[in-house]
Amino acid sequence: MRTPPGVKEADFAAALREFASAIGKQWVFTSDEDVDLYRDAYSPFWGEPEERQASAALAPDTVEQVQAIARIANRYKIPLYTISTGRNLGYGGSAPNASGSVVLDLKRMNRVLEVNENNAYALVEPGVSYFDLYRYIEERGLKVWIDVPDPGWGSPVGNSLDRGGGYTTHQFRNHFDAHCGMEVVLANGDLVRTGMGAMPGSKSWQQYKTGFGPAIDGIFSQSNFGIVTKMGFWLMPQPDAYLTGTVEVPRHNDLVPLVEVLNFLENSRICQGMSDLSSPVMGMPAPPDAPPSPPDLIALINKAIDGNARELDDYAASKGLTAWSVTIKFYGPAKAIAAQWEYAKEKFSVIAGAKFIDGELIRLPLTAGQRDKVHKVEFGIPSLSIFSMGARNANNPTPGDGHQWFSPIIPRNGEAVFEANKVFAAAGRDFGLPVPPFSIPFCFWERSFLFLFGFPVTHDAAKNKSTREAFRHLVQIAAGHGWGEYRTAPAYQDLIMSTYSFNNHALLRLHETLKDAIDPNGILSPGRYGIWPKHLRGARR
Amino acid sequence: MKTFRVALLSTLAAGIAATGTARADDEAQVKAGNAVFQKWCAPCHASGPGHPGTQALQALYNGAKPAPLEERTDLTPEFIRNFVRHGVSVMTPFRKTEVSDADLAALTAYLIRTQR
Repeated sequence: MRTPPGVKEADFAAALREFASAIGKQWVFTSDEDVDLYRDAYSPFWGEPEERQASAALAPDTVEQVQAIARIANRYKIPLYTISTGRNLGYGGSAPNASGSVVLDLKRMNRVLEVNENNAYALVEPGVSYFDLYRYIEERGLKVWIDVPDPGWGSPVGNSLDRGGGYTTHQFRNHFDAHCGMEVVLANGDLVRTGMGAMPGSKSWQQYKTGFGPAIDGIFSQSNFGIVTKMGFWLMPQPDAYLTGTVEVPRHNDLVPLVEVLNFLENSRICQGMSDLSSPVMGMPAPPDAPPSPPDLIALINKAIDGNARELDDYAASKGLTAWSVTIKFYGPAKAIAAQWEYAKEKFSVIAGAKFIDGELIRLPLTAGQRDKVHKVEFGIPSLSIFSMGARNANNPTPGDGHQWFSPIIPRNGEAVFEANKVFAAAGRDFGLPVPPFSIPFCFWERSFLFLFGFPVTHDAAKNKSTREAFRHLVQIAAGHGWGEYRTAPAYQDLIMSTYSFNNHALLRLHETLKDAIDPNGILSPGRYGIWPKHLRGARR
Repeated sequence: MKTFRVALLSTLAAGIAATGTARADDEAQVKAGNAVFQKWCAPCHASGPGHPGTQALQALYNGAKPAPLEERTDLTPEFIRNFVRHGVSVMTPFRKTEVSDADLAALTAYLIRTQR
């Protein structure tokens, strides 16, 4: 049996006995066979000594059991690593930051406590997955939508705390922003409710976010300051209809005005869904089963990246293709969203040669036949279809064993997209990374672009080592240009936190001050997002 | 003789009842396994497009075996357990708080139901 670092075997054994007494011995996992199920299947250190692995796992069923676990862990100084569903693959899965931690698996706490249709909100426990919540709503015929990430087998609590995103409208895509009220077990076992939940008998815990006094919910996201045991979320009233409209512009440099108009329309809430940018001439983003781009096209793309797009524009014209396309999405009353699309066309018409393609107006709810054809997540329907990207297919006969995401935030303008591609294309060539010929940014977040590069994880240590080195270089290169990652796997959290270094790492120093005050024994998820307790800090800084 | 006949009939009746109970237990297990499959496996392994597991098995077997798992007749308990607990490629293992040992037994009963 593995033991947590710095904990005597006898103390660990005593703690495990007390954990078993608190939650039932069948929910204390200590055999290698059971604990191995908590390995991060997508670990970039798979099979190497540095792979972060748990020593045991605990699966409580109630808040009271979580409180009891925290008190026992504090007494024996056992590091706990909390997971909700443990499915944030590519960002760490169910494995801890610090090897030897005991995973606190909240999957059994899977109760949907409330869904209020009239005022569109929900209150759930951490083990509730998006599939579970969707099913609960569907079975009751409630006219509210959830906003789901892709894939959808994670939990609203875990995904929002890790600051994940979805695909419906602005107000709900940022999952942490869409939450309203938390219940948190602190390291000493105390129980806190945030927002209106702090008032006994409150009638509006999920209806007003900030309550009274400092709004502290944010410190429980991407951190290790508490164990969130309940969380409220605002839901989207089921809209009457959904409409898409596509704008195509002819020249490479048209991206600049295209993004300017797009920003105006999104920031004005004229179009509310997640816009999709693409490049018809470059064939980007490529579908998962697409063959590689032809070399002559790649040469033209590289010239465009270097600032000379004339030949690429000529090539596009000769093929009858446009340089850029953006599909914008509308949710709401059919007449209103049709009018919003007409207004959007007027705005995009400032770009010479802009063409418009009307999408199908879909009246909601979807019929069974429509469900199979649409991009489900845009309708709040959880799905795992995104795994098609990494799974075996005709053009990927030897799939890898997972992926890790390099995901920098880039300013929302066309010039930044060109600059980022120049920088990342060069880095990709230098380090032999599978960077696509041109990377198209995603519009998940308001006001910014997100670049997403999925790098393969294998069970070949040499290949993983090479990818890790390239990943680290990319982080540094991005930081050198003022681009930071929004989220990452434990393997890179220290590195990325170190790039947020304004004023001699003042933000990290504040995190550490909080950590020392709120969790003096450092038992909660040590190392998560680069925040280490005092006794482990020296080695990491 | 009469006593013997009654005893024999009773034994036979008990046997039939036991068989019936066993069959009912099997059916309940298969039904429970179907629910496990629909919850945990179908999002990737159901038939039709948009299911990455089915896509991967189609590419692997190229029609030599059915791509949707529910249509397979060659699965064994060891095979099923291995993939649920160890995963393969981008498919990750499932923890016991997700698919318990009892769930796995039911899932196995469901996936091998046609082999009886």
